[in-house]
Amino acid sequence: MKTFPSGGVHPPENKLTAEVPIEVLPVPEKVVIPVSQHIGTPAVPVVEKGDKVRTGQLIARGNGFMSTNIHSSVSGTVSKIESVLDGTGFRQTAVFIDVAGDDWAETIDRDQKVNRECNLSKEEIVGKCYECGIVGLGGAAFPSHVKLTVPEGKKCEVLIINGVECEPYLTSDHRLMLEKGEEILAGVSVLMKALGVTKAMIGIENNKLNAISHLTEISRSFTGITVHPLKVKYPQGAEKQLIRALTGREVPSGHLPIDVGVVVQNIATAFAVYEAVQKNKPLFERVVTVTGKDVTRPGNYLVRTGTSLLKLIDAAGGRPESTGKVVNGGPMMGKAISNMDIPVVKGMSGIVVLPENESLRNAAMPCIRCSKCISVCPMNLEPYLLAALSEKSMFDKAAGERITDCMECGSCSFTCPANRPLLDYIRLGKSTAMKMAREKK
Amino acid sequence: MNNILTVSPSPHIHGKESVQKIMRDVVIALMPAFFASVFYFGLGAIIVTVTSVASCLLFEYLIQRFFFRKPITITDGSALVTGLLLAFNLPSNIPVFIVVIGSFISIAVAKMTFGGLGNNPFNPALVGRVFMLISFPVQMTSWPVPKGLATGYADAVTGATPLAIVKEGLKNGESISQLVGNLPSPARMFLGDMGGSLGEVAAVALLIGFAYLLIRKVITWHIPVAVTGSIAIFAAILWLSNPEKFADPMFHLLAGGVLLGAIFMATDYVTSPMVPLSMLIYGCGIGIITVLIRVWGSYPEGVSFAILIMNAFVPLMNANIKPKRFGEEMKNG
Repeated sequence: MKTFPSGGVHPPENKLTAEVPIEVLPVPEKVVIPVSQHIGTPAVPVVEKGDKVRTGQLIARGNGFMSTNIHSSVSGTVSKIESVLDGTGFRQTAVFIDVAGDDWAETIDRDQKVNRECNLSKEEIVGKCYECGIVGLGGAAFPSHVKLTVPEGKKCEVLIINGVECEPYLTSDHRLMLEKGEEILAGVSVLMKALGVTKAMIGIENNKLNAISHLTEISRSFTGITVHPLKVKYPQGAEKQLIRALTGREVPSGHLPIDVGVVVQNIATAFAVYEAVQKNKPLFERVVTVTGKDVTRPGNYLVRTGTSLLKLIDAAGGRPESTGKVVNGGPMMGKAISNMDIPVVKGMSGIVVLPENESLRNAAMPCIRCSKCISVCPMNLEPYLLAALSEKSMFDKAAGERITDCMECGSCSFTCPANRPLLDYIRLGKSTAMKMAREKK
Repeated sequence: MNNILTVSPSPHIHGKESVQKIMRDVVIALMPAFFASVFYFGLGAIIVTVTSVASCLLFEYLIQRFFFRKPITITDGSALVTGLLLAFNLPSNIPVFIVVIGSFISIAVAKMTFGGLGNNPFNPALVGRVFMLISFPVQMTSWPVPKGLATGYADAVTGATPLAIVKEGLKNGESISQLVGNLPSPARMFLGDMGGSLGEVAAVALLIGFAYLLIRKVITWHIPVAVTGSIAIFAAILWLSNPEKFADPMFHLLAGGVLLGAIFMATDYVTSPMVPLSMLIYGCGIGIITVLIRVWGSYPEGVSFAILIMNAFVPLMNANIKPKRFGEEMKNG
């Protein structure tokens, strides 16, 4: 079975919601829609207090190439435009809307019939992605039109679709593959056209056998799309590791996938692209897994952006008594949040509620030099050394040991028998080293 | 309901590994060899082992309590492992006070002066053992003859180890074929029926421990295979060049502390290198130095010295030998 060459860990999978069908969350009474739900420049609001908006209407326009549009997820009246605390803990501008009914913009095709034929040109497809505010839905929320615009002098040879979902607990991509398989593959065809490639590979971890067989079945009626089971190993879904596993190509340090002729898109992104290009539907709702061992109704919910997390948790049976930590994303790379009243955004793939007894770290002991961190590092770095150098503020040396190659997957901290906070220190060293590199330029 | 949420950087889950679990696995892996030593040397093996473990724990406790004045961490299991390994490197009839002195050197000098667990450059048990060997050469080289479940201690019947027999014999101008009659057969040596340190004699028990450590992923194969492989190859070259003057490779592997050293001492996390290539170089260095000392040195056995010498090179190797990074060069499928 295909996999990346070295390192990796196998945390308990805990995919509690793999069998739970996607449930549509009722439209809330009000939404708070941040204008920056993507990497890059925040969008600029184009509505004012008192404006009536329809579901899918543009409310904030992308500001330049490294930005994208934001749409209303509901119909109603703009009550205010104010700063709000978002999931990352920063304040940013958001559009507050009081909901009235659910009146969709008439441009959106709400017919459920799958439309496989796409007659648009490359540029038109990329333009649609920008227009509809499509971003990478795997978590990073990188604007898709940027990824689909192949730089001058470079050529994309293969499109990789990431259906790995290697984070424990999360199942939103898994459910989407099972329930929207044909739409996803139609989306993949659209993406192939946008990139001008004839070959697309879908990588799925081998713990989702039903998704693998389902997509393989459908892929027979498409040309150029193949489905590949991958070994269950974290971080199989990391971009560079996935490319290595599927194609044998290794993205060099400091380079992008396009430098080896590859573009990677997430499963949910392919679905969003399908809806945008074929159904003219902007990105204003997504599937979010809400899960945790003590959550009473863990599930996969189709949620409008801007819905408060409190609403989402209520739908899943409320916040459990035992709650110690709430993680936005998976437990390996997600961010712990301090405030539950934050809006659901485009990049939110799951909410994991951890009980109190799993929320605190064990006390750190001295490093015993067991070298387990080296053997699990998928980038073949030396985490013990990077952490020690960062701890001693020796950032120049850390940069020389390629600290900036770290993708912060957390395998080292997960494994360390001495419970050392390796990744905490490496993050500090990495950001400082990157800052130093920028200043040198 | 507790309304305050814990916030910390990712990852938010931790694997099942811990220092205590690793130390427990090492202790379990040492048990077959301990039972074998009790079988061959009886009461003496128990007295020496208990003394060594107890005094190692006591010295670590006292130093942490009165000098470091920090939380006591003797429950991490590292002093227990040091105590066991030190005992395994001693003859089973050695006076108790010498064992206590050796434990003191191991813990106080070789470990705690550098800051305790994780900071010592040299293997503590071996520093203690070599100190005892140099300070008490007579007591450290009188080896009780194996006698099933013996109850004698200081009055045990002693004899030479196979390595000493070979060394003496060759010095007196005898050839290997003349000496063979005085040596135990390979089968007896494999089972541990020969003179030697109490934990090193039974190859079969040590190999069971090795298998356990590999299965539990406590150690990797690199160091033990490099040590034994380089000893076998080096000894084979010498043996093939002149079988009358040099012992055969199987003898070198089964005699003395090669297996105990290769499996349990050279693989000590703190004092061994971090990346596989360094581990192989380090292991080969130990193997070559061991044979050099055994064949041309004045001591019949050289494993302890070889490991300590190679310990000194570990920081150099860690600083200069790096794993091959992902994406070091462009790979095009």
